[in-house]
Amino acid sequence: MSADRRRVVVTGIGVVAPGSIGREAFWDMITAGRTATRRITFFDPSRFRSQVAAEVDFHPRRLGLSAQEVHRNDRFVQFAMVAADEAVADSGLRLGVGDAPDAPEPERVGVTLGSAVGATMRLEDEYVNVSDAGTHWLVDPRYGSRFLHQALVPSCGATELAVRFRAQGPATVVSTGCTSGIDAVGYGSQLIEDGDADVVIAGASDAPISPISMACFDTIRATTDNNADPEHASKPFDARRNGFVMGEGAAVMVLEELEHAQRRGAEIYCEVTGYANRCNAFHMTGLRPDGVEMAEALDQALAQGRIDGDEVGYVNAHGSGTKQNDRHETAAVKLSLGQAAYKVPMSSLKSMVGHSLGAIGSIEIAATALAVQRQVVPPTANYEVPDPECDLDYVPKTARDHKVDVAVSVGSGFGGFQSAIVLAKPDRRAS
Amino acid sequence: MTELARSRSDEVTELARSRSDEVTERTVLSEEGVVTEVAGPARETAPTGRAITAPPRGTTRLLVTGIGVVAPSGVGVEEHWQSLVRGELRVGPIEGFDPSRYGVSLAAQVRDFDPDRFVAPQLKVQTDRWTWMSLAAATLAAEDAGYVPPEEAYATSVFLAAGSGGNEFSQHEIQGLWAKGPRSVGAYQSIAWFYAASTGQVSIRDGYKGPSGVVVSEGAGGLDSFGWARRVVRRGTPAVLVGGTEAGICPYALLCQVTSGRLSTAARPEDAYKPFDRRANGHVIGEGGAILLVEEADAARARDARHVWGEVVGYGATHDAHHHEDPAPDATQYARAIRISLADAGVRPEDVDLVVADGAGVPELDALEAQAITAVFGERGVPVTAPSSWTGRLMAGGSALNVATALLAMRDGLVPATGNVDEPVEEYGLDLVRENRESDLDVVVVLARGFGGFNSSLVLRRHREETP
Repeated sequence: MSADRRRVVVTGIGVVAPGSIGREAFWDMITAGRTATRRITFFDPSRFRSQVAAEVDFHPRRLGLSAQEVHRNDRFVQFAMVAADEAVADSGLRLGVGDAPDAPEPERVGVTLGSAVGATMRLEDEYVNVSDAGTHWLVDPRYGSRFLHQALVPSCGATELAVRFRAQGPATVVSTGCTSGIDAVGYGSQLIEDGDADVVIAGASDAPISPISMACFDTIRATTDNNADPEHASKPFDARRNGFVMGEGAAVMVLEELEHAQRRGAEIYCEVTGYANRCNAFHMTGLRPDGVEMAEALDQALAQGRIDGDEVGYVNAHGSGTKQNDRHETAAVKLSLGQAAYKVPMSSLKSMVGHSLGAIGSIEIAATALAVQRQVVPPTANYEVPDPECDLDYVPKTARDHKVDVAVSVGSGFGGFQSAIVLAKPDRRAS
Repeated sequence: MTELARSRSDEVTELARSRSDEVTERTVLSEEGVVTEVAGPARETAPTGRAITAPPRGTTRLLVTGIGVVAPSGVGVEEHWQSLVRGELRVGPIEGFDPSRYGVSLAAQVRDFDPDRFVAPQLKVQTDRWTWMSLAAATLAAEDAGYVPPEEAYATSVFLAAGSGGNEFSQHEIQGLWAKGPRSVGAYQSIAWFYAASTGQVSIRDGYKGPSGVVVSEGAGGLDSFGWARRVVRRGTPAVLVGGTEAGICPYALLCQVTSGRLSTAARPEDAYKPFDRRANGHVIGEGGAILLVEEADAARARDARHVWGEVVGYGATHDAHHHEDPAPDATQYARAIRISLADAGVRPEDVDLVVADGAGVPELDALEAQAITAVFGERGVPVTAPSSWTGRLMAGGSALNVATALLAMRDGLVPATGNVDEPVEEYGLDLVRENRESDLDVVVVLARGFGGFNSSLVLRRHREETP
């Protein structure tokens, strides 16, 4: 890497997760190994194959959103706003608060917000009204909200954050399906590396727990039918796993150029030392078991920070709990880290907070950053029966104190996208 | 190339026809010995082995070597260009359903698009019209470039902009869900609707494994995909398919777009989308777009690229950060995006020979764009054209199509006129091109905006053989 490469650090974290709103509540929950999966309450799921999900008990007005912000925005945008509020406050940056003398230059602040399915919940709610529950192909405009254009095109989420924090730099929504949350943070890092911004509000949000999303994953049996025991429905890496549990939520990170952060004495969680993604060019939903493309993404992300496989102290897994994913990912980690794969703790948050599609990548980055800062590895809940094809250390049920100088988070998604991001202790390369 | 793509797509669609659990079984069958094989550090598939680093900006040269167009103006780059040069207004009554209750009657549809020419039957049933258009445009771009994917599969990326996803497909599926119940939702809804569907399908069909992505910034997305592709190339991937398509002419997507308040309600095409005109009254939506192949200069030379359309030399993006709906009352951030792109390209405003404008066709937005252009280039300081007036606004696809148009104009030394303008607003201070104008074009700036305050600017330059 060239010596003059601009380095990127995380200086703020905000989380809206099932079972826990706020960074510390989230950390307490995942390190306690508590699950937030339950029988779906948002609608009557009895006609669906999969009837469990990890839902957020979300009261946007109590969390500081105005009545109009709630009215015009889908739940995914509302999640993003709440998570971003926490992340920005945590960073200590005075963004969007008028002409504060110590505020960063608004033109140097960017936004990269990931979302796999955008405003799908609002689009469905509104659709039910304008079509009279599917009766009419020619939907009736008199029953529709005037904010449907924003629902159709999810870039509204990036706009809301840009306006909220007066971020006049580059802004976009990143929508690469289930890797959106890693890619959004990766792109945000690239904006800073390339000198196009000094600060980026980067994260992802999704709110897919609606009948249409549940139905479409039902038909391809990607979601679990462990309906009898919702609290233990998500079983990544366990031999009994049979599909993922839908989730929702958001996480937002404040990314900052290292010297910018140091000049203001900011507290730094970790450095983003590498990010890469690759496509498997194989199948929209299927994964070849060898994990070659994910391994390639991981190799490249590690190489950017000149990190060897045996330096990795924690692998934050995609671990969705489908048969094929967990096997694919186990192979990929072995392929990339070699023998070191057998020594490194690797865990899946989806056992606790479900799979929130695009959002989960950022939620997992938030957890990974906290693991690096606190030297604690969150567990994989519900892991009991080993699968011979998944033979790594998945940190069953109980969090673990562990030396984590470097951690990686990986993701895999429909469309064949494979992403990896590497986070390291900020002083790791200080010498 | 086409044959290769076709055989791959057959293979993939054969797999995809089965449900994913069956796919899992098939992949299980094929994984004999993999677990033991991967236990050690060695791998069968050789890694590229090189660390991708970000070279200092400015050292990477990006060439456009292929253009694929699927637009209301035509399928194919020359068809599109001839239609523009002839000044054909491709706006007409919405076909396929009665739009009268939406207060809008016009759209720019792609009438001569035969998806079967580009999309295998098995793949066609899994995908929305939007993706058919992306698959077609990607094929046309690769054919135009004479691009044969190198053996190194990671050397090609797909980085498209998306706006609204698989609309018509999804409206059918959601209607089935609510009218008949969850079991009527088909297996392909999960892969046809979401914004990454087209990028994923192109990558799979054509075997491109490089760093790929999808950005959504409404109408600015097509330009933004170039900006992100540049980052990909800087980090070591030599070829990227960029641009995007859109297909939102179905009842629910139309209803959604109508709520933007920016659609023309005029009944006659010539009264509808009239950017920079006194009678500007909103825009007409369209479908389609363009996909372009961009390549790092050395890589293009190494494979003896058939032709070079032009160089991508500068890019800038800003956000108004003003209001969730209304544009900022001044054009400061829009002008700044232009200035960033010029500085990035190392060109002065006076070096620019043409601006291809966003041309929103809404008086307030036209005035702001004029303000941004005159702030940077001076009053009547540069010729300005808004070719989307002929084809409607294609959201994410539109700004990509404008890049194609700019490159064609450069090739032929001909600026296509802005369509449908009778009475330009003189106070805007623009040199609006109203008749096709012959002009030697060396540097062209393409502008785009996205609903909510996205501003993007891309600088293109005629290719010179010698390395500076």
